Amino acid sequence: MAPLTLIVNGKSHAVEVAPETPLLWVLRDTLGLTGTKFGCGIAQCGACTVLVDGEAVRSCQLPAREAAGHRIVTIEGLSAKGDHPLQQAWVAEQVPQCGYCQSGQILAAAALLSRKPRPTDADIDDAMAGVLCRCGTYNRIRRAIHRVAKGGAT
Amino acid sequence: MSAVVKITRRRFLEVTAGTGAGLWLGVHLPGRAEAAEPAGFEPNAWLRIDPAGTVTVFLARSEMGQGSYTGMAVLVAEELEADWTKIRVVQADADKRFGTMSTGGSSSVRRSFEPLRQAGAAAREMLVSAAARRWGVDRGACRAQQGEVAHAPSGRRLGYGALTLAAAKEAVPKDPPLKDPKEWRLIGRKVPRLDAPDKTTGRARFGIDVRVPGQRFAVVARPPVQGGKVKGFDAARAKRVAGVRAVVEVPSGVAVVADSTFAAIQGREALGATFDPGPNGALDMALVSKLLAEAKPEPVRSEGDVEKALAAAARKVEATYELPFLAHATMEPMNCTAHVRGGSAELWVPTQAPTWAQGAVAKAFGLPEEKVKLHVTFLGGGFGRRALPDFAVEAAQVSKAAGEPVQVLWTREDDVRHDHYRPAGRNELWAGLSNDGKLLAWHHRVRTFSIGQQLFGTPRRGDRPDVVEGAATTTYVAGALRVDAAIPEIGLPLGWWRSVYSSQNAFAEECFVDEVALAAGKDPLAFRLEILAASSRLRGALELAAAKAGWGTAPPAGRARGIACHSSFGSHVAEVAEVSVEKGRVRVHRVVAAVDCGVALNPDSVEHQIEGAIVYGLSAALRGEITVSKGAVVQGNFDDYEPLRMNEMPAVEVHLVPSREAPGGLGEPGLPPIAPAVANALFALTGKRLRRLPLGRV
Repeated sequence: MAPLTLIVNGKSHAVEVAPETPLLWVLRDTLGLTGTKFGCGIAQCGACTVLVDGEAVRSCQLPAREAAGHRIVTIEGLSAKGDHPLQQAWVAEQVPQCGYCQSGQILAAAALLSRKPRPTDADIDDAMAGVLCRCGTYNRIRRAIHRVAKGGAT
Repeated sequence: MSAVVKITRRRFLEVTAGTGAGLWLGVHLPGRAEAAEPAGFEPNAWLRIDPAGTVTVFLARSEMGQGSYTGMAVLVAEELEADWTKIRVVQADADKRFGTMSTGGSSSVRRSFEPLRQAGAAAREMLVSAAARRWGVDRGACRAQQGEVAHAPSGRRLGYGALTLAAAKEAVPKDPPLKDPKEWRLIGRKVPRLDAPDKTTGRARFGIDVRVPGQRFAVVARPPVQGGKVKGFDAARAKRVAGVRAVVEVPSGVAVVADSTFAAIQGREALGATFDPGPNGALDMALVSKLLAEAKPEPVRSEGDVEKALAAAARKVEATYELPFLAHATMEPMNCTAHVRGGSAELWVPTQAPTWAQGAVAKAFGLPEEKVKLHVTFLGGGFGRRALPDFAVEAAQVSKAAGEPVQVLWTREDDVRHDHYRPAGRNELWAGLSNDGKLLAWHHRVRTFSIGQQLFGTPRRGDRPDVVEGAATTTYVAGALRVDAAIPEIGLPLGWWRSVYSSQNAFAEECFVDEVALAAGKDPLAFRLEILAASSRLRGALELAAAKAGWGTAPPAGRARGIACHSSFGSHVAEVAEVSVEKGRVRVHRVVAAVDCGVALNPDSVEHQIEGAIVYGLSAALRGEITVSKGAVVQGNFDDYEPLRMNEMPAVEVHLVPSREAPGGLGEPGLPPIAPAVANALFALTGKRLRRLPLGRV
């Protein structure tokens, strides 16, 4: 098979995978970027959320061939030092418990804030309802997003 | 406190040899499973201070979100007077020297509260002695603070790193003095979680993230019915899928081993495996109801003559509550990475019970336990599911058959359909009231399946069957009281689900108390306070929750409040839920929780755990239901087993009942009151009593 070119976190990768392989598995199993998580495989939980050209996308549903050539950002590439305002706010609000869903939560929040820098609670509900958490971090996620919107990440 | 704990504590601390220079202290944490004093000193936690002054705490607890990493480190650092920035926590591999490694029953802080503080205190005393000896001064004039020992009269100070080699030569104090709680700097404070940065950058390594050289990826086609058998499959067709390397049979089914998880999943589809259902192929919900109804009740607790008291009562109340099977659905589905070579095995497992998994793998291959090296990763949720060793044993079998290191991933459907389920059950209750509304009789009959019976061949846990936990332990007082249990067997795997039987029994008990209060013409809060034992710590929790929730004041228009309380795992929790119904959908707007957990190690962590228990419990209460048809679980993914989402999340307030009692558990106790609080609120709102979970649409 001909290699596909994926641009992940600003770096170009030529990957040899079946073109229908969901981006999720290319990231995790081929490129070793395990920060993006598998949760359901049917776009119900959002654990696999990444940014594609700035939009929040379920990587479990996006065939690699359709991702090729687009700018993909995973949790590993959101900031160079793990200090993106959302990451700082997540720590300041002590959001994570088990932490498994948080990559997807943070990237969904990043897409929201780039679209709506001052989201209302309803905006947050709309943007974040697709990302499941079983540990009970929703209220802290909401606070962390508001914290960034108000300009006070830490 | 039991004699066992006292005996073991007498020798809980010793200087132990470890690899690497510095002061090593071994600590023995008492565990539930211990029946006698260990033959030798068996530390199950280690503390090391290295010459650079770094304090490393080696832990035998799994971190599944509950914050035990940070909490355990706080206990050591508090007494050690450590510099918090120099504390590191290292996850211990499975090791018999740790005793039974198990994280469950909301026990980590409860079992470690004294021993880990004493370990910190002992190390502190040894460092102070070493400093005094070096300076040739009176040790009484030396003081430990912030990772240093200081001698005030001379102004001299030395960091722990510089003292650690000398401190290792000091005698371990037998009974090191513990700080006055008034001097605590870390306990009771909102100490930030040590794992938070890694969990916001993708660096935290869960089981599913393990990558070892040469690793393959596999999924397993398993019979949908417990006890079923593989009938046929087309290995050649699976192998034609690009990336599929091998198809191997293991005791649990047929594994497809591939270069990527996706290739393995596609290979499994191509396999077209068929199965014989085996002896449980007829199991369905009608049969479950029949099994529950026909089981014979056995008495568990009896005080006074309930029959007579009921017969003599002026008013009798009677109700039956029904609860479904539930899956755990941890966000990280089950998985395990294993590499089995000739005479040894190495596993990377997101497990709550490392030594159980280690023992089970050793047994499966006839290997000595020390030949099974088992590393514990972060757990993407546990909730009781990850206590079971099934997914570790299976991965080891796949690796052995494939002859390669393999990560076996369970898809969400595998995870939901091959869980160990919270048992379904039916609770029957009777109460008798006098003319003036006094509780004369209370009879609670628990009909459900026993996890202990299925896993260990006996339902007994201590002096009672496991199924009456939370029912026989009630602190309500009646003229006559009886609790009995009817326990049939079932061909569906059962397991512990966050708060275990309290998740069932508290729903029945706390809804029923409201029904009895109504019959007595009393307010639900007032009636609870009237019938609770004088010593019950639920009283303080109820009063605090009610006060903070505005119990007795009018709720916002269109809403109603319900209250419930329950004691479990050493903590006492009351919750008030404020609900409305919008087009048949139950909406929970606000939950006010009050918690008496004794000393709260970290109030922020308490809030986390109570919020978490409420979300987990609400997800189940509103729509959690696993059903069985022709022996197989019907639900499979988050479209038909859908947890609560952010837009449904209530505001949650957590209030602490001030206490100096020993710490209670926190992972589970917030869960049992939520479902009855919501059902009671719905009754207050609609006048309709819902006695079946999930509540669904109303």
